[in-house]
Amino acid sequence: MSLPAARRMAAITIKESLQILRDPSSILIGFILPVFLTLLSGYATNLDLADLSIGLALEDGSPEARSLAAAFTATPYFSVRLGRDRREFAEDMTRGRIRGLVVIPQTFGRDLARMDTADATSAQVPFQVIADGSEPNTATFLQNYAQGVWLSWMEIRAGQNGQPFVQLVEILPRTWFNQELLSLNSLLPGGMAINLTLIGALLTALVVAREWERGTMEALLATPISPLELLTGKLIPYFVLGLAALCICLLLTLAVFHVPYRGSAFALVAVSSVFLISALALGLFISTAAKNQFVASQIAILSAFLPAYFLSGYVFEPSGMPLPVRLLTHVIAAKYYVSCLKTLFLAGDAWPLLWPNIGGMAAIAAVLLGLTLAKTRRRIA
Amino acid sequence: MNGRVRALVRKELLAVLRDKQSRIALFMPPILMLGIFAFAATLEVKNVDLAVLNQDVGQASAELIQRFSGAPYFKNVFFLHGVPGIAPALETERAMAVLVFDQAFSRDVAAGRPATVQLLLDGRRSNTAQIVQGYASRIVETFNADMARRRGLAGPPARLVARNWYNPNLEYLWYTVPNLIGLLSMSVGLLVTSLSVARERELGTYDQLLVTPLSPREILAGKTLPAMILGLVEGSLITVVAIVFFRIPFAGSAAALGLGLFLFMLSVVGFGLFISSLCNTQQQAILGTFTFMIPATLLSGFATPIETMPAFLQFLSLANPLRHFLVAIRGILLKAMPFPMVLETIWPLVPIAAVTLALAGWFFRRGIR
Repeated sequence: MSLPAARRMAAITIKESLQILRDPSSILIGFILPVFLTLLSGYATNLDLADLSIGLALEDGSPEARSLAAAFTATPYFSVRLGRDRREFAEDMTRGRIRGLVVIPQTFGRDLARMDTADATSAQVPFQVIADGSEPNTATFLQNYAQGVWLSWMEIRAGQNGQPFVQLVEILPRTWFNQELLSLNSLLPGGMAINLTLIGALLTALVVAREWERGTMEALLATPISPLELLTGKLIPYFVLGLAALCICLLLTLAVFHVPYRGSAFALVAVSSVFLISALALGLFISTAAKNQFVASQIAILSAFLPAYFLSGYVFEPSGMPLPVRLLTHVIAAKYYVSCLKTLFLAGDAWPLLWPNIGGMAAIAAVLLGLTLAKTRRRIA
Repeated sequence: MNGRVRALVRKELLAVLRDKQSRIALFMPPILMLGIFAFAATLEVKNVDLAVLNQDVGQASAELIQRFSGAPYFKNVFFLHGVPGIAPALETERAMAVLVFDQAFSRDVAAGRPATVQLLLDGRRSNTAQIVQGYASRIVETFNADMARRRGLAGPPARLVARNWYNPNLEYLWYTVPNLIGLLSMSVGLLVTSLSVARERELGTYDQLLVTPLSPREILAGKTLPAMILGLVEGSLITVVAIVFFRIPFAGSAAALGLGLFLFMLSVVGFGLFISSLCNTQQQAILGTFTFMIPATLLSGFATPIETMPAFLQFLSLANPLRHFLVAIRGILLKAMPFPMVLETIWPLVPIAAVTLALAGWFFRRGIR
């Protein structure tokens, strides 16, 4: 690069940096929003269901029924409301005050005794667990927990009655990377991708669109600066802003929420840089394509923020989505970044996983930058 | 409604609908998002890749593996050739879980001794890991029961029969689509209102509006009504798409849904106007809306349940219109929630709307002095 070109780029970079520092909304997106979002998602997004509210209709007074009810009350998974009749709980279910209902019917004691004599495996379980299916994930967890309570109660009971209770094959689950299975440990690293998306795509789109809207972009392009120099000069300050926000998120995630970080600093900076470039490229492209700030912000939210939330694997796993949507996730840069972040935080520098992801992000960035450059040239002509 | 307000309403509607790009930006995204995110926002676990390390040569492990590959949740079941293969398979996400059989497995099973099988799970995906664990233990339990029966032994007790009310097959779409109706209507309502005052301030036409004979209350009405009209049209459109196209059951009453949507839009418009009245430029308004949208979405009980949040956030979420509306719309569509109960669920929207609209009006008036 020639000396005058470097000087021109430096001038744009300085101008753009000053603009960031003077504009309260850039400060909001660059610093306040990341802090706010990290704290909020750290405290508010939690998939670890403990203490599910359930109703327990104890319609049978036999000692065994009461013992089973006590088993449900004792587990930390449920917070149990006791009742005598299943009809007491119908309204609470509709209101969503309880997530499920355990019914121990009048015949429980009798049926249990029959089960002991008959073939246990083919017998009908003498009580019912009803979950509120309007929230399917919670319902699945509730049914699994209830099954666990039932099995361990039966096991203890068999032991007391002196019957051998042979679990022929026992499954020993062990979780790697996140032993306690805390959802926060994977949600917070993924959330950093959303923060950087906001800075990269939304802020850039708004700022550059404003420049087109006010006509100052044409004024800039009329100067000797080339489109490439202009775009690079504009990207640098936002890139630095993005890295600063990354540091803030990282500090909060590590210090406040005690999420482990097992990778190297180098890998994090490398992966984040590539992602930031792709997000900035998206922001630039949007602002070049859109006429005004309103449309630019709409497109930025639609094509950057929402996909980063829904299609990146941050909360929702792509593997559970239908094929067309799963294919769509491949053009979302945040998908590759979320995968890298979760791995760097919880597993460490797994380069065989990082490389393909970096490649994916780089390809997206290259396509977007190429399109922007072509479009900027055409807009001047 | 007097003529002045009517004129203002007409002008506001024209301002939003006149420009083709804005019209598209207003009506297309919600429908598009409904189409994509309804399928994406799922915590359902399927298509799981499972690796198997089988150090056993017997029949029991082969049979158990067959049961795993036959289960509908597992898409790709592949074999590893040794312990060193486990770490890379998990690390690179080639497998969500690894099933490990030791050498003595089939021998133990044949002899009736307790045998173990290890299941290593990828904890980076904590929700999926727990659900896969549930699937796996179910498969093993059925296996145990069948083995016990074959030998005429008393095996483990029968499995619970799972029943689910309101959504017997746990269709995930029945959950996401009603939620998206609320989320998308909110985004439209906010978008229309938040820019309305800020745009006029930025362009300088707000001062012109203030010197007209319109009183602040009339300006407030003139800004609220068009947003309500657009929001209700859009909300009803999304609801119709949800019911006709996604075949979400509509068990409750249409009147309850209409009232719910109306009060919800009113409180959303209140928030939008309040944000707008604070802002001087469009950019500030867009960012302000955004700063409201994110916590409103996170604290709505959509992606993560409210009861897992700390107490102060649960309290804060009471001021969130989306939270109340989501309970109501799920109740109306899936649970046939009776009208009085719907009222009990949505009444907080009335004070929310009253407070935000009053604040917005107060800030409008402040502009005059």
